[in-house]
Amino acid sequence: MKHIVIIGGGIAGIETASALTDAGHWVTVIEKDAQVGGKLNNWSYLFPDFTPAENLAGSLVQKCSEKDFSVLHQTEVHSIQRQNGKFNITTSDEHQLEADAVVVATGYDLFDARRKEEYGYKIYDHVITSADLEQLLLPGGDLTVAAGKNPKRIAFVHCVGSRDEKTGNHYCSKVCCITGVKQAIELKKRLPEAEIYCFYMDLRMYGKHFEELYREAQEKYDIQFIRGRLSEASEKIDKSLLIKSEDTLSGRPLKMNVDLLVLLVGMEAGKGTANAAATCGIGCEESGFLKTTDSFLKSNFSEQEGIFLAGSCTAPMTINDTILHARSAAMEVDCWLKKQ
Amino acid sequence: MDFPPSFILPFTIGLLFISVFLVIIIGIWISGLSRIDKSRIIHNIFTRKSLLAIRETFMESLLHRKIFRKNPVLGYMHMSLAFGWFLLIVVGHIDAVNHYQTFSVPAYKAIFMRYFVTETATTISGKILAASMDLLLLFVLSGVMLAYFKRLNSRIFGMRKTTKLKMGDRIALSALWLIFPLRFMAESVSAGIHHNGSIISQPTGQLLASTLPVQLLEMPLWWAYSGALGMFFLALPVSRYMHIPVEVVMIFLRKYGIRVQKRIDGYSRIQVYSCSRCGICLDSCQMTHAAIKDTQSVYVLKHIRNKNLTDEKLFNCLLCGRCQPDCPVGLELNNLRMTQRIESTKEYNSSYEYLKNGPIVVSPQTEVIYFAGCMTHLTPAIIKSMKEIFAVAGVKFWFMDEEKTACCGRPLMQVGQYEAAKKLIEHNRERILASGAKKLVVSCPICYKVFNEDYALPGITVQHHSEYLLQLMADKRLPVNKMPLRVVYHDPCELGRGSGIYHQPRLLLDEYAEVIPIKNEKEAAYCCGGSLANIKIQMNERNQIRDNAMEEYLGYQPDVLATACPLCKKTFAKSRNLPVHDIAEIVYMAIRQKNAERSGKTKTMKELKIELWGS
Repeated sequence: MKHIVIIGGGIAGIETASALTDAGHWVTVIEKDAQVGGKLNNWSYLFPDFTPAENLAGSLVQKCSEKDFSVLHQTEVHSIQRQNGKFNITTSDEHQLEADAVVVATGYDLFDARRKEEYGYKIYDHVITSADLEQLLLPGGDLTVAAGKNPKRIAFVHCVGSRDEKTGNHYCSKVCCITGVKQAIELKKRLPEAEIYCFYMDLRMYGKHFEELYREAQEKYDIQFIRGRLSEASEKIDKSLLIKSEDTLSGRPLKMNVDLLVLLVGMEAGKGTANAAATCGIGCEESGFLKTTDSFLKSNFSEQEGIFLAGSCTAPMTINDTILHARSAAMEVDCWLKKQ
Repeated sequence: MDFPPSFILPFTIGLLFISVFLVIIIGIWISGLSRIDKSRIIHNIFTRKSLLAIRETFMESLLHRKIFRKNPVLGYMHMSLAFGWFLLIVVGHIDAVNHYQTFSVPAYKAIFMRYFVTETATTISGKILAASMDLLLLFVLSGVMLAYFKRLNSRIFGMRKTTKLKMGDRIALSALWLIFPLRFMAESVSAGIHHNGSIISQPTGQLLASTLPVQLLEMPLWWAYSGALGMFFLALPVSRYMHIPVEVVMIFLRKYGIRVQKRIDGYSRIQVYSCSRCGICLDSCQMTHAAIKDTQSVYVLKHIRNKNLTDEKLFNCLLCGRCQPDCPVGLELNNLRMTQRIESTKEYNSSYEYLKNGPIVVSPQTEVIYFAGCMTHLTPAIIKSMKEIFAVAGVKFWFMDEEKTACCGRPLMQVGQYEAAKKLIEHNRERILASGAKKLVVSCPICYKVFNEDYALPGITVQHHSEYLLQLMADKRLPVNKMPLRVVYHDPCELGRGSGIYHQPRLLLDEYAEVIPIKNEKEAAYCCGGSLANIKIQMNERNQIRDNAMEEYLGYQPDVLATACPLCKKTFAKSRNLPVHDIAEIVYMAIRQKNAERSGKTKTMKELKIELWGS
């Protein structure tokens, strides 16, 4: 029986583990947190159909308990050595594992919005990120702003830390446009009186049902989309925010007072992925995401033979894309092991 | 009447030509000065300033003291050539006066004295002078030897780069290199023929006489020597050696208080021609960190002279001014570039006619006008810190650009849009004066420089917040709390080299944290790479410049990189390796920590750090 070690117990890691177990392999998942699911555990409802995130997280947990693979919780990889065609892996708690193949599924980090200081995240009281908002959107989440009032006017800023030369991230994070649309609708449902504005560069509604949801946001929920990037925000005495932008469709500078500002933060390769790249000796792209040997036919192959890649450690991905990429990783690992 | 030998012709023609040329060209330049500058010359010419100019000419143009300090070998090379040649001329004339016993010795008789004097010096003074001349020539020759080596390998001189030559320079350089060896050969051969000479020329002459047909060689050698001199004088106007005479004029005018203005005039031309193209400015230019190697001051001045400066080169400069302190001639390199930028963008100036000031209502108790600046609006942590500090110190302030204000004008000026900037300046000036407050505190060094230099604000003190906070602290209006933080302070270009404020930020920081002295600080401080003055540079090139500076700072293992400019903060914060904070944030943090201690909720340094800027 071949042993496969998977680094990361998020969606990609668990999905790969599940598929490889089904194919008859012995699988161990190394997860740094106490629970599996990764960032999925931070979301409330998923785009584009508002499926509760806990449903999907629950099915991941179920797979862990039903299928015969083991998960080492609160564990990280310390080092990986290659010896006689096998990988000798030392974990942070000094465990030794021997593997025939390794799958890196370390995922992504969210862009730290403090790096876009002009938007005032952690400086102004009512500037939050899309990740913060997810928590507030759960039943019982407190959406009130200053003096316990509901926000009357809310603005979303797209592309915070994505497609932005100044933050050094040139790529598109793919999920934020539709996340913004989803969250705007959810807010409107909760706060029907509120005016909601989305400031975007362009909207990338490429996925199934995305465009429909965007249309619904405009027609049914009266959410205003303004093409223009926010230049800066400042806090007034009443803790409301004065934002400056340009409406590039009408070609005019624009100023607006809002009660809540939501920053749609993008994805970055993150520390886990950088560590995995270092311990596995595999290359990164300029963006920091892991390099695949071929963008069409070998999107699960790293530069090192026997080390495979799954999910958003290779590029920003939606949950759907991640699941598909993880399953394809399992298939590639299985084929490769059979050839050994 | 004896006609002088024909070989003196090349020298004489050259000398006449260059004398007439210099009188005309310098006359044109001086007549192109403004009336004020001309009256500066008239008022100062017969004062102590002329003596000081003579002293500076001696120290810098002859002894090259500044180059000496920076690089002794290079300094020796320049000194031996300049001072040595100068002494050869002076002592040569004294020798000639002593020999002919008359003061009216024509130049050629002194320069070619060893040709004319066939007897051995008999008087003691004659012997001493002859020996001195031999030694001086040896001194100059040692410099020429070094110059040969420098051309072959500039690294021997500790210079990483040296400038490239053009045709006129080549001719002048070849002539200059030939003058002294030819003089030595000609004098030695004559000494060999006449059995005279002094400590060096005599033995060399005897050696040559015993091995070569010296009688045949004498005339051609003196011709060649005179020819080299003549050639040097003829090529001088089209070569970089024009700096030799022009620099002297420049030193006098500078001592009289004349400076480069915001336009091309006689003095800016004199400065351009005073550049010796030594290339020392290349070494301090950070653009080379981004592999940009053809836009430095020396090249821009060269292109101005040759009238082939492109906007690509003119605007690809951070205007950080790091080359200026190193310039041995002390040229106003930034201002000279600015004159060209103003010229180049003259037709694009916007009118800004839509700017209208409404009524300005400011409370009469207002102590301070606070102008954050556009860049500071992109770093709201600085504004927040300043507001809190104003509150702690109980300062009543008017936040002039809280919502809607025109730009200070400095970024426009940096790209040459001087006329457009003047409109913004006038608009803001009206508001400042109408407020009635007597102090203007600015958070951005870019704004600070323009408020300080180009706004006429009688009775109003302009201070950067680092100066202002230092004063508040000295007046005991701010609590002091030294935190166990190791801080590297990055001098912003516009505040440091641009406005001469080096000490105030350090004195202030010293009360709140531990400032680590570093190698490249104050005048030698790095630019962060974010400068608004460069409109040609690519983002990745900016990043290379920033990373290079960051690498040095990280070497000191500080807890925080402190600066006093929002643009520097933003530029460095992007590299993510080190927390970067403005001096105002650090002061605010220290005060908060002290207040926490007082209320019994003492926080550890680590907690404070996490709270203020994350782990």
